Amino acid sequence: MADIFDAYALADAWDEMFVRPGEVRTAYEPVLAALQPIEPSELRFRADQMARAFTDRGVTYAFAGEERPWPLDLVPRIIDALEWDLIQRGVAQRVRALEAYLSDAYSHCRAFEDGVVPWRLLLNSAHFHRSAQGVEPPGGVRIHVAGIDLVRDEAGELRVLEDNVRVPSGVSYVIENRRAMTRIFPSLFAEQHVVPVDGYAGRLLAALRAAAPAGTQDPRVVVLTPGPGNAAYFEHALLARLMGVQLVVGHDLTCRNNRVWMRTTRGEVPVHVVYRRLDDDFLDPLHFRPDSVIGCPGIMNAAQAGNVTLANAVGNGIADDKLLYTYVPDLIRYYLSEEPILPNVESYRPDEPGQLEAVLDQIDQLVIKPVDGAGGQGIVIGPKADAKTLERTRKAVAADPRGWIAQRPVALSTSPTLAGERMAPRHIDLRPFAVNDGTDVWVLPGGLTRVALQEGNLIVNSSQGGGSKDTWVLAEGPTEQPATLTPDGELPEVAPRQLGPDGNPAVVQEGAQQQ
Amino acid sequence: MNDVILSRIAEALTWTGRYVERADTTGRILDAYLHRMLEDPWRDEDVACRSLYAILGVDAGGERVDMQQVLDQLAFDARSTCSIEGALGAARLNARSAREAVSSEMWECLNSTWHALADQRLAARRTGPYAYLELVRRRAALFFGLADSTMSRDDSWRFVVLGRSLERVDMTVRLLSVRVLDAAHAPDWTTLLSASGADEAYARVYGGFGDTPRVAEFLLLDRDFPRSALHALTTAEECLTALGRPRQDPARRPIGRLRTRLEYLDSHALEEQLPALLKDLQHACMDSAEAVAELFFPYQGPVEWAQEGA
Repeated sequence: MADIFDAYALADAWDEMFVRPGEVRTAYEPVLAALQPIEPSELRFRADQMARAFTDRGVTYAFAGEERPWPLDLVPRIIDALEWDLIQRGVAQRVRALEAYLSDAYSHCRAFEDGVVPWRLLLNSAHFHRSAQGVEPPGGVRIHVAGIDLVRDEAGELRVLEDNVRVPSGVSYVIENRRAMTRIFPSLFAEQHVVPVDGYAGRLLAALRAAAPAGTQDPRVVVLTPGPGNAAYFEHALLARLMGVQLVVGHDLTCRNNRVWMRTTRGEVPVHVVYRRLDDDFLDPLHFRPDSVIGCPGIMNAAQAGNVTLANAVGNGIADDKLLYTYVPDLIRYYLSEEPILPNVESYRPDEPGQLEAVLDQIDQLVIKPVDGAGGQGIVIGPKADAKTLERTRKAVAADPRGWIAQRPVALSTSPTLAGERMAPRHIDLRPFAVNDGTDVWVLPGGLTRVALQEGNLIVNSSQGGGSKDTWVLAEGPTEQPATLTPDGELPEVAPRQLGPDGNPAVVQEGAQQQ
Repeated sequence: MNDVILSRIAEALTWTGRYVERADTTGRILDAYLHRMLEDPWRDEDVACRSLYAILGVDAGGERVDMQQVLDQLAFDARSTCSIEGALGAARLNARSAREAVSSEMWECLNSTWHALADQRLAARRTGPYAYLELVRRRAALFFGLADSTMSRDDSWRFVVLGRSLERVDMTVRLLSVRVLDAAHAPDWTTLLSASGADEAYARVYGGFGDTPRVAEFLLLDRDFPRSALHALTTAEECLTALGRPRQDPARRPIGRLRTRLEYLDSHALEEQLPALLKDLQHACMDSAEAVAELFFPYQGPVEWAQEGA
């Protein structure tokens, strides 16, 4: 019988579902079996339902000036327990190393003295803030939340593509994707045991409370958003709602005596932890951009005085600079005395002697990235770029070698994705989210899988027309509950329901003839 | 002038309120359970379904039960008022028999909901019950919203609200009973919260998460959350105060006693008192409902003539 996977032709990349045409990977067997018999029109119907549900819930993003429902593909991305263990350890390791680097860079600078990282990396970084120097955050945590972007290369190996330790976003989509999938496509879950994702807000709140200034009884946490106009406003509101804390904008807060207060109908209330979702530059017009109207003047002084904790800390940008990225494996060895669990993508540093020439020579075979670009902006993929773009990029890199890195192009792994009425391979990545509470780095099972919806496209950002997939981490081991129940425990007796008239007439009422 | 209300109408209004609330709560409970079961890696379908039956006071029988059977019996069964469809059907017929006392908009809401259910039921077989349950929740909210905005605050309105409040206490107590009396088979606290539509309200009050017995405290003792036992009891008592006798009111007494007990309960002692408290709450609701029936709608069966000397 013909089915939606019939015409599925593997692309020139590792496919997440199929080893080769017709041979499915074990973890995907039940999902494939559930999807195969479904008619294309039925899949479309569900996809439409999904889009409507997202629109109704306000899970949308702005694309070309239009409010579009968050694009979620119906085929989940599945990670088995063994591989998840690797990812989780690798991500946690990375976060620990970056924490160590930040702590070092804002105090003793040992790594620079020891020559592990060149000084210019710190001193030339636009994200290095003197105001963060000497601020010792409670519990030593600067990266309360991290998003580490991973890709799978042609050989099937997972590699880190970039680190996000300033204000990583996207976790709300992980939560909403799962919610939508369980409601719109419950039958897919029938045969498998997928680890839930709804513990995130609890973990985040616990980490934020743990980060409160020492000696605070019952710390008050708030989420600071740029406002409803921001692209990630939905996420800010969702996190505040799930944590049960206030969502504030800059002018809801006021600073006096190096303390932060929140204006309420019952007067001003002290605030201890600010989970801020705006960039350093906009946070405090007294310290950073003076034209920022969405920040809170004085909040940085309060943080320096140790009266409020900013999460994530100011100045983290030096740790997710794309040039620093190339040093992270060395940092892991240097600070943790461990070998990196997840490798980097092979990269060049144009600002090092000799490497600039090598990059310029083979620019048409490399991916060139600006070091502080976000959202996939400014990336040039050599093999796909036209001569004019390449020439422009060559000039730009030559003029500012510190501003760029070059990487081997990785053909991101593909996953079957609904395209029209059939399945087609599309490139995907993975952003797991880590929460650091000072004693433990916890990684949310799964993460956000983004899909490049156009054929052959390698850029997955939603601002560039990317979609997403629900990401399943399969539970390990037997399907039985770990603690065995009393097998024949009687259920408690609950009183029977009270019944009232059910409205059904007991006697036929024919007394009045219709005339 | 319409300053009195027929006993028969009062009874129909009370049960309309009760049945709509029952459909609403049952829908919430099913939704929370289904969602949890799909996501729970260590689920045991049979055990989870049995605890659902226990909550809703339906006999599960000796065979293994699965979700489909749960839906067939607790959502789609039009013959049982313990299922959503049965409860909504009964609410509709009750409202119809009190057609001149409920506003047209309320009646139309119930009627159109009843007619929409069949389509949604068919769709649920194909794509899962989510849309069906959502329809039920929305229409229940619409119904009570219309009651709120189209009915005068007279006795008719009080009977509707009384029915709803008694059912609320009953449902909250049922949810908690299963958890408290038999933790091994019960859903986790988080599921209980979302089954009561209380997850966000709880997070705002406690700034934390549901996996603690504090959930019991919230669902029983919170003054502000409308589905908490205390809040619903208070509302029921207010209705009865306006409806009934000023003192020695057998309908208000059991409610008022329990309300006072909850109000002054030492929350540290809650955990050990919980089993007894839940039982008492359940009985108080039943006693009050029976007293209400006796007081306001003394039963008059359909007239039957007996043959003399037969």
